[in-house]
Amino acid sequence: MARIDLSNIRHAYNPAETDDARFALRHVNQAFEHGGAYALLGPSGCGKTTLLNIISGLVRPLQGRVRIGEEDVTDLPTEKRNIAQVFQFPVVYDTMTVRENLAFPLRNRGVAPAQIRRRVAEVIDMTGLAALADRRARGLSADEKQKVSLGRGLVREDVGAILFDEPLTVIDPEVKWALRTQLRELQRRSGMSMIYVTHDQTEALTFASRVVVMDQGRVLQVGSPKELFETPAHTFVGYFIGSPGMNVIPAQPDGAGLRLGAYRLPLGPGVRLQGAERLELGVRPEFVRLAADGIPARIERIDDVGRHRIVRCSMLGHAVIALLQEDEPVPADPHIVFDPAGVHAYADGWRVQAGQEVS
Amino acid sequence: MKPVNQKAWLLVAPVLVLVAISAVIPLMTVVNYSVQYVGSTGRFTWVGDEWYRDVLHSEAFWSALWRNLVFSGVILVIQIPLGVVIALCMPRHGWGVPVCLVLMALPLLIPWYVVGMIWQMFGRVDIGLMGVMLKDFGYNYEGDPLDAWFTLVLMDVWHWTSLVALLAYAGLVSIPDAYYRAARIDGASSWSVFRFIQLPRLGRVLTIAVLLRFMDSFMIFTEPFAVIAGGDPVFLSTELKQTVELGKKSAMSIIYFLIILAVCWVFYAVMTRNEQETGRPQTQGGDA
Repeated sequence: MARIDLSNIRHAYNPAETDDARFALRHVNQAFEHGGAYALLGPSGCGKTTLLNIISGLVRPLQGRVRIGEEDVTDLPTEKRNIAQVFQFPVVYDTMTVRENLAFPLRNRGVAPAQIRRRVAEVIDMTGLAALADRRARGLSADEKQKVSLGRGLVREDVGAILFDEPLTVIDPEVKWALRTQLRELQRRSGMSMIYVTHDQTEALTFASRVVVMDQGRVLQVGSPKELFETPAHTFVGYFIGSPGMNVIPAQPDGAGLRLGAYRLPLGPGVRLQGAERLELGVRPEFVRLAADGIPARIERIDDVGRHRIVRCSMLGHAVIALLQEDEPVPADPHIVFDPAGVHAYADGWRVQAGQEVS
Repeated sequence: MKPVNQKAWLLVAPVLVLVAISAVIPLMTVVNYSVQYVGSTGRFTWVGDEWYRDVLHSEAFWSALWRNLVFSGVILVIQIPLGVVIALCMPRHGWGVPVCLVLMALPLLIPWYVVGMIWQMFGRVDIGLMGVMLKDFGYNYEGDPLDAWFTLVLMDVWHWTSLVALLAYAGLVSIPDAYYRAARIDGASSWSVFRFIQLPRLGRVLTIAVLLRFMDSFMIFTEPFAVIAGGDPVFLSTELKQTVELGKKSAMSIIYFLIILAVCWVFYAVMTRNEQETGRPQTQGGDA
């Protein structure tokens, strides 16, 4: 079965590039297990689309190897790899009907006509294109065209993986949700590997069972949505995932722990932080409480978003965000208390665990 | 009751004057000549549609028209596919792009009469390179109308194929990269890429190219005049030049003009109909 393995991938769009900061991908090692639902999540320009194109072979990496199953495909062209890909903007073959569009990838690979008919009928069913099946693709609306593009991605049964490059950008919000759920459902039923690129955390977290968070050409963390929320491995992950994102507050070393004003966070034995240039505390707003005693804070603004209130405070000169439940009162003289379950220490951006040395 | 201010008409006046000078007056002058007989003393006599009947019954007119149509047909059949093939072969990136564009544009920059003169000399059987080479096959454009016709076709292809190529190239580079990527994912052969991506997307520019090339070749005058100076083969324009009587000349001009107008209208109708087909009919709630 086809597991996709990327090892030591480095890529820059200018082959003569020497400045590490300008590489689109800087040393990526990542495996995608067969049958997984993955999301590549990160801001624009983080290298996620480049990574996708390297898997499908549209881009050849400057360094590193790509393996699909047992086979090293680094030097194979796209059409020889067993990969389907759907792009951000719809691509349809204008002069063909919707049905012919869907059959096109199969016909090019010499699949038997009876099998093509069966498979195309299935995909038309899945994507809800039945009413348009014999219409020319030229006259379709943008989201109908994108459904056709999606369908062409799904039509090949034998692919190693289907790659989606922000495929729902052009789709109306209400259809978007339904299509994404359908894709997820389809992935579960068919057991096909899918890799879904997006910059939208909701899309990533609802689609994927494993989310790969990327920034500046690096993979920062791979994990389930729950892991990304509870233990962000990097301050960027904490900040990027969650709404509002994690509070990241500069802190001072304090023996085997961190200190923030009067607050102390012990990190257990064996941790040495002397080598780190930048030490920070990370606490998600969900784990920040306002109480009568703790670290004194001043409330700057309260945003009521319905289910809860977002309280923006200033504490020891740093901005800290807390979440208050709808019925919770705002204390007159607020102090901030961190729930120890949700406090993490970060050295130079990366999470520090007990027993770990930073040098 | 509202006061009516007729001074507003003054605002339209500039346009009326402009159109009158540029189109209406010259055209009506020709129409005026075409229904009269102009005597040697400069006296005008009304003759009605006599000149028109004269033209439409003249064999010279019909054979010139036929020759014009065949000529346009032949050069379209050669230039359009050739132009597309050249455009497909032109590079998309790097230093080759400006070089190719300049080379392609060169024939278009040469004045038409000069093009005619170049080929007139090129084809001469005594000193012209092509003429000397083809002499042994019986080629002689001064004596044989068919050879002259062949020379004119060759000249037009040389002169104008690059226009088609440049238009097609512009159409090709405007195709987004995503189409080619999707085609690679779908395992399409290069013929399929041409047939299902490039050709459909070239449709509009090619319609324009066909229209331009048809109009230009149908009105061809300078080049045949330079090459054969009024000999055979006779085109509508050269026939027009040979006609002496002012009235007949005018009648021919009007007929020539009406044919071109009709062809333009057909093209316009075809192009707008294609656009309407693209717009999809409004249907609601097809998929529930």
